[in-house]
Amino acid sequence: MNSTMNLLIGLAMGLNLLALGSGRLPAIIRVMSVQGVVLGVMPLLLEYSFDWMVALVALVTVAVKGFVIPSLLRRAMRTAKIEREDEPLIGFVPSLLLGAGGTIAAIAGARMLPLLPEHAGTLLVPGAMASVMTGLILLIGRVKAISQVCGYLILENGIYIFGLLLIHSTPLLVESGILLDLVVGVFVIGIIVDRIQRAFDSLDTRKLTVLRE
Amino acid sequence: MRENLLIAIPLLGAALAFFWRGDRTRPLLLPATGILHTALSLWLLVIPPAVAAGAWFGFDPIARAVLPAVSILFLCCAAYGVSYLRIRTERPNRVFVASMLAILGLLSAGHQAMHLGMLWITTEGVTLAAVPLLHFNATSRAFEATWKYLLVGGTGIALSLLGSFCLGYASLRGGGSGDLTFVALVAQGAGLSRPWVLIAWVLLLVGYGTKMGLAPMHTWKPDAYGEAPGIVGAMLAGGVTTVAFTAVLRVRAVVSAAGQGGVADRTLLLIGLFSMLVAALFLLGTRDFKRMLAYSSVEHMGILVIGAALGSAGIWAAFFHVWNNSLTKGALFLSAGNIRRAAGARTVDEVSGMAAVTPRSAAIFVTGMFAVTACPPFGPFFSELRVIRASIETGHTVTAGLFLACLLFAFFGLTRLVFATVDGRPSAGNGVVSRLNESAGVIVPPLVLLGMSLWLGLATPRVLGDAWTAAAAQLSHSP
Repeated sequence: MNSTMNLLIGLAMGLNLLALGSGRLPAIIRVMSVQGVVLGVMPLLLEYSFDWMVALVALVTVAVKGFVIPSLLRRAMRTAKIEREDEPLIGFVPSLLLGAGGTIAAIAGARMLPLLPEHAGTLLVPGAMASVMTGLILLIGRVKAISQVCGYLILENGIYIFGLLLIHSTPLLVESGILLDLVVGVFVIGIIVDRIQRAFDSLDTRKLTVLRE
Repeated sequence: MRENLLIAIPLLGAALAFFWRGDRTRPLLLPATGILHTALSLWLLVIPPAVAAGAWFGFDPIARAVLPAVSILFLCCAAYGVSYLRIRTERPNRVFVASMLAILGLLSAGHQAMHLGMLWITTEGVTLAAVPLLHFNATSRAFEATWKYLLVGGTGIALSLLGSFCLGYASLRGGGSGDLTFVALVAQGAGLSRPWVLIAWVLLLVGYGTKMGLAPMHTWKPDAYGEAPGIVGAMLAGGVTTVAFTAVLRVRAVVSAAGQGGVADRTLLLIGLFSMLVAALFLLGTRDFKRMLAYSSVEHMGILVIGAALGSAGIWAAFFHVWNNSLTKGALFLSAGNIRRAAGARTVDEVSGMAAVTPRSAAIFVTGMFAVTACPPFGPFFSELRVIRASIETGHTVTAGLFLACLLFAFFGLTRLVFATVDGRPSAGNGVVSRLNESAGVIVPPLVLLGMSLWLGLATPRVLGDAWTAAAAQLSHSP
């Protein structure tokens, strides 16, 4: 079971690098949604006995991250008629190098952390750290609002991976509450993207510079 | 039971406001809920209830020490809100009123959260509920501010979730059963896994620090406070920052119980001083009197975390300062809102001579400025004095020196802007300067807040002092 898990997390880590290296917004959205589906399946692999709540969490994750959010973002792109090319503040190659370096550092760093025996052989911790770093790089290094939203969602994916470490021990109420909050957060992001495109006719955050010192 | 009503009443009020017909009568739900909430929280302050062991929510000493200040601030904002929404009839107020009430309910829950996960959920809820309030004005600048707020605040809150997970894992690795109440975490103490506690501390400090607006995570603050209506700014600066601060305090107690209190206190001192320095420098540079209030808020958040790092006496001073910050910031935001509305502009390049246009608001604004820059006999003077005393007593003389220097610079920055706004001749350049009708509805609430700040300074009620002592004892009793 661990090997399937590691395969999926490895896939998610590869998708991180793909997101960092791609310059087209639809590609980043696709990467983000595939990652969401991959992660959504994972709690089912973790659970030894079938649990309704965990299954529900998995289903909601796959639906929201895999389908709802991407279609929201694509619709925003269509209606705002924004260009498909992303313009990075941090170039594609430097951000790719940063991401790769971060992934290696995450794997090396996770070895030094004390882990429970059942987690020692998995990529959960390095996978989480690598995704969080990828998300931060996208958030800081891109100017289009859509790619920043994708960065935020990849960051959230990383946190989700980490949450899997605790899914047995913390009461499921907390886990589902957390998932609920992620959904609400994404709803608001959708609204904001919608409002921004009406107000600015563009999703270039460099134009959001009226407010500055 | 009573303490659950603190959460339930505002949330019911929010639901009621959402389905209420009639834009004119809906705002009255704000003061109606505010009165109930304040009465209830003052009752709980005087006669605290027993806290059930292992409960997820409860009116524990920390909630008792802080939450009544938020209630009072909300009541004043609510009273102001009725008059304010009467002026702003061109905007529908359904979502506004509902969001304000939802924020009050979630803040009550957040202050009473004794469980790491519940604390995070309520803080996230507050963050989301504030979004419609921020773009109430529906200008493109307001959207820009909302976007920054959501992106920076959302990232911060996501990192604090990761921090909560790390703390949970620290407990699990140390043989814990996955009980994430603060009582259980503190009891586990040295059993928590050290590297995970340190990672959790950094993430939680960054996360909740973003919510508080500590530098360098404060970047959303000037935009949000500048664009939001004064009443929203007051609630954000006096209520939302407070719940994030109690979160930092609760987490610090766990880290300290795990034997890492020294590390935690050093980082708090560093980030606090840095916030004060950044705030002081920007206060010297900004020309916008609403953004000025945001930088002043960053400064006061710095003061709070410095107090939190200075042992039991410092934590006591920090609780005192929470009250002073909520009350004086409320008065400043509400009076600044009046001035902004009368002048139609916010920078000192366009606004001057407001003492002639809005004499009452200008008087409150100037007095509030003296209160917030810690002039005696207002409350902030005494709480900041206690922070300085605590830092000298614990041997942090350099900190005390830097603290005073930053206060001095902030004083220069604030007086420069406030007097440029108030003094001189009214500039009629853009032709919108009009004699605002300074009705009692927009004058009395900030005046009451200012009066309470004065009262706290001159004669701190005994029951408050006791509440702060109990909370400080709970937070620093660890070995």
